[in-house]
Amino acid sequence: MKKYMAFFRLRFLMGLQYRAAALAGIVTQFFWGAMNILMYHAFYESDPSAFPMTMEATATYIWLQQALLMLFAAWMIEHEIFDDILSGNVAYTLCRPVSVYDMWFFRSMANRLSRAVLRCAPILLTAVFLPKGYGMSLPASWLHFALFLLTGVLGFLVTVAFFMLVYALTFYTISPNGLRILISSVVEFFAGAVIPLPFFPDRVREVFELLPFAAMQNVPLRVYSASMSGGEMTRAIALQVFWLITLVFAGKLLIGMALRRMSVQGG
Amino acid sequence: MKKIQNAAKLYLHYVSVNIRCAMQYKASLLLTIMGQLLVSFSTFLGIHFMFMRFHSVKGYSYQEVIACFAIVLLQFSIAEMFARGFDMFSGIVRKGEFDRVLLRPRGLILQVLGAKFEITRVGRMLQAIVIFLYAFSHGVVDWTAMRVLTLLIMLVSGALLFAALFLIYASLCFFTLEGLEFMNVLTDGGREYGKYPIDVYGKRLLQFSTYAVPYALVQYYPLQYLLGRSGNVLYMLCPLGVGIFLLAAYGLWRVGLRHYTSCGS
Repeated sequence: MKKYMAFFRLRFLMGLQYRAAALAGIVTQFFWGAMNILMYHAFYESDPSAFPMTMEATATYIWLQQALLMLFAAWMIEHEIFDDILSGNVAYTLCRPVSVYDMWFFRSMANRLSRAVLRCAPILLTAVFLPKGYGMSLPASWLHFALFLLTGVLGFLVTVAFFMLVYALTFYTISPNGLRILISSVVEFFAGAVIPLPFFPDRVREVFELLPFAAMQNVPLRVYSASMSGGEMTRAIALQVFWLITLVFAGKLLIGMALRRMSVQGG
Repeated sequence: MKKIQNAAKLYLHYVSVNIRCAMQYKASLLLTIMGQLLVSFSTFLGIHFMFMRFHSVKGYSYQEVIACFAIVLLQFSIAEMFARGFDMFSGIVRKGEFDRVLLRPRGLILQVLGAKFEITRVGRMLQAIVIFLYAFSHGVVDWTAMRVLTLLIMLVSGALLFAALFLIYASLCFFTLEGLEFMNVLTDGGREYGKYPIDVYGKRLLQFSTYAVPYALVQYYPLQYLLGRSGNVLYMLCPLGVGIFLLAAYGLWRVGLRHYTSCGS
């Protein structure tokens, strides 16, 4: 565990170096959030009774989503891992006395976390001071905040674990580029990144909520603004734990299988 | 006249080389086209599901909104297909390839445009056309010769507007070498949020996109005429204002060009 933590620290500090990229990211995310909120306002004005969450909860959802984008974004895939697999450099990782799965898991965590840390504060701080209905509100209670942290960590781990499956699949295909765009747009849609899951018709939402994608950003963002009831929260957390265990297990299995039949040519 | 013919011939040759090149990796090409299609399809589904809950937004019906979405998607895809070379310009400058471009006795813009013809956008265009036909089969537009003309003007001017934004993005590379990521807000953001008629976002945004970056000139105003919400012919002619924006973008390109110093390698 100690070696993975050291590796995590190294990657994390490396990620913190990209400050100019973070600044551009903050501008983009801020604009994205503002436009989304203006759009939801227009829908709210045309029919407030059809709104599944309060406007404040929706605005909070959107700002949190933009601030924590890097933790959950489906397009935040490690290019280095892809390159390692395609170029055969993965052989060096195999020589080391570490598990490939754990190593990559920690690497993804560190990269996502460092980017999120750089970006979240300015966005959240500005959003808090925006007028009500446009800005971010404080959590509904301390309990909700604690649960937000718990579900946030779980959702983050589920996201990382899911993309480990994608890396594993890369061992089996030669052209991961198309696959990558395909998977990330599917994930974004089902995870509630395009529109939050409560905005879907109830029947559709009930199915979506069972999928692993709903265990990613959907749960923490909705828990924070108290747009889930107590029963729903318990069920959502149970599903998060279930998916985390399943995905990690499946990922370890797939990578294990891939490594057994892998051959690296020359070098 | 001969000169233009010659340039067109050269451009077509560039295009054919690009297509043949992409065709070498058929599976990858197909997957990329599919992926591109899915990205914009999920945006469409987002609109679709929002309208299962709400029946109108700012007085626009579902069909009117998806017609708007399809038009903007088509404008953007056309621009990306032809002007993607500008989008990849930072790479050309950084690798020193621009020196080679300067040495050739041909127009610079022609060469940069020819560097990349993005065939993978056909998936998106096809999707836009299908959505378009669906919306119009529900009688959103009361077709007249003037409205057909309006639609054509919208497509051409919209594609030119996005191409102008790509050109600005490329011109800034002369100063920074790196592509400036915040420009994505203007290009991708224009496509992503152009899915709704701009007045949905409020008055101030409408003003911004009339006078600063003229999205509204190719979307909101002509759309009013197309959908029969206004009979004012001036609305139909609004897209011509993009010409000024294009000229400004070209001016920036010329300034950048004079500023260019090779970065070697």
